[in-house]
Amino acid sequence: MTDPDPESALDARPGLQKRTVYEMGTAPVSAEVGAAVFDVEHVDVRYGGNLAVRDISLRIPKGEITALIGPSGCGKSTLLRCLNRMNDLIDGASVEGSIFYHGENIYAPEVDPAEVRRRIGMVFQKPNPFAISIYDNVAFGPRLHGLKKGLDDRVEKALRQAALWDEVKDKLNDSGLALSGGQQQRLCIARAVALEPDVILMDEPASALDPISTLAIEDLMRQLRGHFSIVIVTHNMQQAARVSDRTAFFTVDMQKGIRVGELVEYDRTETIFTNAGDERTEAYITGRFG
Amino acid sequence: MSLGTEQRPFDPTDLRATGSARWADPLFRTISFAAGISVLLVLGLMIGSTTLDALPVFQYQGLVSFFTTSEWNAGSSRNELTGTYGAFAFIYGTLISSLIAIMIALPLSIAVSLYINRIAPKRFRTTLAYTVELLAAVPSVVYGLWGLLSFTPAVLLPVSRFLSGYLGDVPVIGRIFEGPVPNTNYFIAGNVLAIMILPIITAIAREVMAQTPADQIDAAYGMGATDWEVMRKVILRRSFPGIVGASMLGLGRALGETIAVAMLIGGQQRWGISIFFAGQSMAGHIASTFQDAAPETVNALIAVGVGLFVITVIVNMLARVLVWRIGRVAGDAAL
Repeated sequence: MTDPDPESALDARPGLQKRTVYEMGTAPVSAEVGAAVFDVEHVDVRYGGNLAVRDISLRIPKGEITALIGPSGCGKSTLLRCLNRMNDLIDGASVEGSIFYHGENIYAPEVDPAEVRRRIGMVFQKPNPFAISIYDNVAFGPRLHGLKKGLDDRVEKALRQAALWDEVKDKLNDSGLALSGGQQQRLCIARAVALEPDVILMDEPASALDPISTLAIEDLMRQLRGHFSIVIVTHNMQQAARVSDRTAFFTVDMQKGIRVGELVEYDRTETIFTNAGDERTEAYITGRFG
Repeated sequence: MSLGTEQRPFDPTDLRATGSARWADPLFRTISFAAGISVLLVLGLMIGSTTLDALPVFQYQGLVSFFTTSEWNAGSSRNELTGTYGAFAFIYGTLISSLIAIMIALPLSIAVSLYINRIAPKRFRTTLAYTVELLAAVPSVVYGLWGLLSFTPAVLLPVSRFLSGYLGDVPVIGRIFEGPVPNTNYFIAGNVLAIMILPIITAIAREVMAQTPADQIDAAYGMGATDWEVMRKVILRRSFPGIVGASMLGLGRALGETIAVAMLIGGQQRWGISIFFAGQSMAGHIASTFQDAAPETVNALIAVGVGLFVITVIVNMLARVLVWRIGRVAGDAAL
């Protein structure tokens, strides 16, 4: 799981599912990605038999911030929840295609979804700390996985990484729910970080927060960048432009009266925002629809 | 006919109530007030009259002696108290059979609730929940008969003999499992009681667990928790106060259950440490002796009834205090 080069890791594993590797420029979506943390290949997602997301392929780079943007119903959250198999928890959800995490297909039958989620942290739309103390919230994950040695240090480190330590160090035994909304969300980030994942998935992490708390979360994301690979779903295009290195633009395809999400374009954020290759991207970014 | 295009000039009497609007609300208010008050009235009268009837017995026997001694010799006098009335054997029977019931029903209810909430296939959930609630609709005399004729010989007696055989000789705790094992005893009454209180505990536990916010469940899964860890560390932890409350309601029902217990608990007016002792409960004793009781003994039985009421009230109050204390410790949001 720590192999720095996914390509060689892939070659070294016999019997691994055959992958299609697009040559630069021929793939439906391209972004020159060096070391990838995720390789999403031809992913279809269905809810109860209805296609929700069609044929998504993209490589998500290591150590960077990748933003998934697009109008409601375009499948960006659905795709995000595929990356740590959270979609397994939804009745009737099914995923086709492959998602390689450091070269390992997380949808392979022998993979334990709990192990996947342990390594790929998630932060949700609404801050959702448990109704227990701040300390216990951060210690929840480590305790779950038996990491009880040096727990105090681990909790402090996670809270420092989430830029929350100075605000809560004197009230670690207070309820996590006593914090403000923005602090609660940073607590949730600390809770995810405490397990030392290498990826953090964020599902519109600031959409329930006020503008100042939103900026704090964005600052935090920039600080975490490099140490963690971050994938963020956001409605807010300015947010994507401010924080992300790469942006994937999704849209809703309305052919035959069925709404299906698909990936339109994936590139460096500055390219997407200044020189979009697809007119639908440009229309969305300039506010002509969505 | 005009279609409201021309307006009638405003008449001040338009604003006054007309027809039924003048008396309907006050009438309804009076009726609901009477209904509300009548509950208090009935309860007050009941407590008053039973306590009044029981008072001479408490005075004659002595309050402490009534609750702590176990010699019960019913007298036969019409106008004075001549017997000996120590109700401890019945109090013990009530408490021990209810305790056995709750110890069996609580884990079972929690398991059933978790199964219904988290594990059972979606289509099966409602059916199962409904079936569990249907258990509450079975009349208690049917439970008594079924327990006596089927459940006891087929399951409970073999289990009792097994327990008694293996644990009866163990030092200290052996006293609790000592034989012989009669066909009706505390343990058998407790087991059937457990089935009887299962529906109410399950219904409440299920409801409380279902209220666990989905985002907290997601949060735990997102950290790599397994199904069991989510149930234990999120759902059960959060539902704990509610489950305590549910068990107390179940316990309240077990304490007061009469016919099924009277049929299964044994019937001796004595008590024993062993859970296989054929004893008697408070409600069971009242039900099985009041028909042939002389007037003085009727008063003594009423005194037993008052005692049972007091115990039930104490259990309910303890439950409230417990839920409140746990709620404060577990954080306000846990309620």
